[in-house]
Amino acid sequence: MYQDWINAGIGGIIIGIAVSLMLFMNGRVTGISGIINGALSPVKDDMLWRVLFIVGLFTGGITLKIIKPEVFLNELPTETLTTVVAGLLVGFGTIMGSGCTSGHGVCGISRLSMRSILATITFIIAGMVVVYAF
Amino acid sequence: MLSKNLTAKNSTTKNAVVSFVVGFIFAIGLGVSGMTQPAKVIGFLDLFGNWDPSLIFVMAGAIAVHFILFKLATKRESPMFSTQWDIPNKKEITPALIVGSMMFGAGWGLGGFCPGPAITSLASFESRPFIFVLSMIAGMFLFRFVDKFLKLRK
Repeated sequence: MYQDWINAGIGGIIIGIAVSLMLFMNGRVTGISGIINGALSPVKDDMLWRVLFIVGLFTGGITLKIIKPEVFLNELPTETLTTVVAGLLVGFGTIMGSGCTSGHGVCGISRLSMRSILATITFIIAGMVVVYAF
Repeated sequence: MLSKNLTAKNSTTKNAVVSFVVGFIFAIGLGVSGMTQPAKVIGFLDLFGNWDPSLIFVMAGAIAVHFILFKLATKRESPMFSTQWDIPNKKEITPALIVGSMMFGAGWGLGGFCPGPAITSLASFESRPFIFVLSMIAGMFLFRFVDKFLKLRK
């Protein structure tokens, strides 16, 4: 139990370092839904960093798969249709709401953006309601 | 002119390398934290049931680090590999922000994935992350299509 809390905190610190690197070096916010959405509409000179970020995430995933495969344990019996609906909602909602857990929840809250604070409260409550209802 | 182009090209390459490294580190953080396990995410959202609060510490840890480093970074005139800061500065609380976040939260609660962990989990080569990511991309295109008529984000 407490080991989970410690791992969560360490993982969070690693994520905080990652988004800070992006800011120091590239001057950008690490909003993952926005990075993906931008990569889906190719604009010259604004493409490479987006694609490589996604490749970086995947490469990190491969590394985890090799050294710590249990992090991909998925015990949920989510049905395919539910997964499809979930994906559609996440894709549609993050672009409509201008951000997800990384852009609003980490980067936005860290710079005390009222929009991001409200968005984060909203998506956490919506998630709790849905988990309660289903 | 030529040297300006070269400089721009040079920084594009640097930005891309930084991006790759950030993505890589981010994925490791997600894996260590538990965010790549949908059951843990659902447990975190299950406030009225068997609540597992551990994932609060992911946000707390990330915000604690970034809150300080954001202040430090933006004291600089410009980022290291770019001429200007590119940070959202919108202030307006719009219906699109709230409704979009509600939809995102609902999808997050249904599938247990948000965008970063979903992409990272493609590396598990299991079917659900693939189905989720494809649907998420479809949802992003769907929003574009709908927004052509509704102009929700203008």
